[in-house]
Amino acid sequence: MRVSGKRHVPGETDYKAVVIGGSAGGVEALNVILSALSENFALPVLVVQHLHPSDDGSFALHIARNTKLSVVEPIDKALIECGHVYTAPANYHMLVERDGTIGLSVDERVNWSRPSIDVLFESAALVWGESLIAVILSGANADGAKGICSVKKAGGFTIAQDPASAETRVMPQAAIDTGAVDKALRPEEIGQLLAGLGMRGNM
Amino acid sequence: MNNNKIESIEIDLLLEAVFRRYGYDFRSYARASIERRTRQFMSGAGCSSVSEMIPKVLHDKEFFSRLARYFSISVTEMFRDPFVYRAVREKVVPLLRTWPHFKIWHAGSATGEEVYSLAIVLKEEGVYDRATIYATDFNDDALERAREGIYEVSKMKEATRNYQQAGGKASFSEYLHARYDAVAMSGSLKERITFANHNLAVDEAFGEMHLVFSRNVLIYFNRELQNRVLELFTNSLVRGGFLCLGTKEDLRFTDVNNRYDVVDGKAKIYRKKSVP
Repeated sequence: MRVSGKRHVPGETDYKAVVIGGSAGGVEALNVILSALSENFALPVLVVQHLHPSDDGSFALHIARNTKLSVVEPIDKALIECGHVYTAPANYHMLVERDGTIGLSVDERVNWSRPSIDVLFESAALVWGESLIAVILSGANADGAKGICSVKKAGGFTIAQDPASAETRVMPQAAIDTGAVDKALRPEEIGQLLAGLGMRGNM
Repeated sequence: MNNNKIESIEIDLLLEAVFRRYGYDFRSYARASIERRTRQFMSGAGCSSVSEMIPKVLHDKEFFSRLARYFSISVTEMFRDPFVYRAVREKVVPLLRTWPHFKIWHAGSATGEEVYSLAIVLKEEGVYDRATIYATDFNDDALERAREGIYEVSKMKEATRNYQQAGGKASFSEYLHARYDAVAMSGSLKERITFANHNLAVDEAFGEMHLVFSRNVLIYFNRELQNRVLELFTNSLVRGGFLCLGTKEDLRFTDVNNRYDVVDGKAKIYRKKSVP
């Protein structure tokens, strides 16, 4: 699938949320990005990282050590709050509901993955449209490529980790190959960009 | 109005048509999941819009059946979340044991993997013969598969690992009979299980249960329907009876929260208070 849409000019919109998807090598990049965000970062960040099905929340604890934001592994129907990072629990898809809550599901795997990045991105695109920033990080499969197209079609801002900087380049490259990615950046650059776009006062 | 909003109206109309024509109520399902399933079904059915599905649903029973089956697919596994079965074994069974006879309602039993898991725990704890187990689902295909209790061999490796982590006391293979590329659950596990159709969205309570086991069912419902179903569970339980939910489901922020004590916060096991 190739998607062409109008080029998204970052900063022209009031953003409401960030969604991030990663797989193999994604955790390191995610740590770099989240460590660049201050406690004043005013957007919720929803993360799908492919995990071993038996992960019991240790991923969320690991992420929490490297960021000033509160990291939550949500229960079903948790209210999405600004400045919080929500990590999809192992073995559950994480979706965004129109009432601003998180919905979890144990539906079948998508792209052999549960949680799946496509599932999060597609539901987030429906709710936040052009006010959404979506980021695809390092990984070894193509999960997230369809999701990034949905975000782009809804007018959102799409970023992929520069494949040259990724431990495993397949996933960001698959996203870029759809034509739906606005910018390919290294993790430090993504962190700086998000920090600027999501600062309180810019809202 | 953008296309997303228009599609949302179409989905409302589709679910309304399903309810008024067939009595199946998906209007109170968690919206994001049901929308996703609608879109997936639509592309598989070769329709280009949700609206196109509405006359088909109204006039073609077979089309509706396929849609309803698609909406009600549930995915589960043997001893899913092994620590939950360990907690049932260690914290619930000792109290079930104090009743000469006890009843269990497994609501939303899907294809049956978890009801057999529960049966194995009761067997190994020596209380199976005192139990009556009702396994219910609103999907007749799933119920039929649960009743048969035949599963793919390929799933048994993980099932065995889960069984061991759940504190299994024997060898998991003792409960299985090999059949070509499948395994059948031992008939002795089925003796005390009654499989029945029950729709949580519209049907009434089951009486006098000592344990209601319902995992990853509530997450498919919106808050309103969740509260209806939790009320139903609460009314079905004896005082001091147990409620076991999915590990990402929680009674906090629900209408029945103050009617239960927490037995195990991680395994989401609750006990109905003796005094209402």
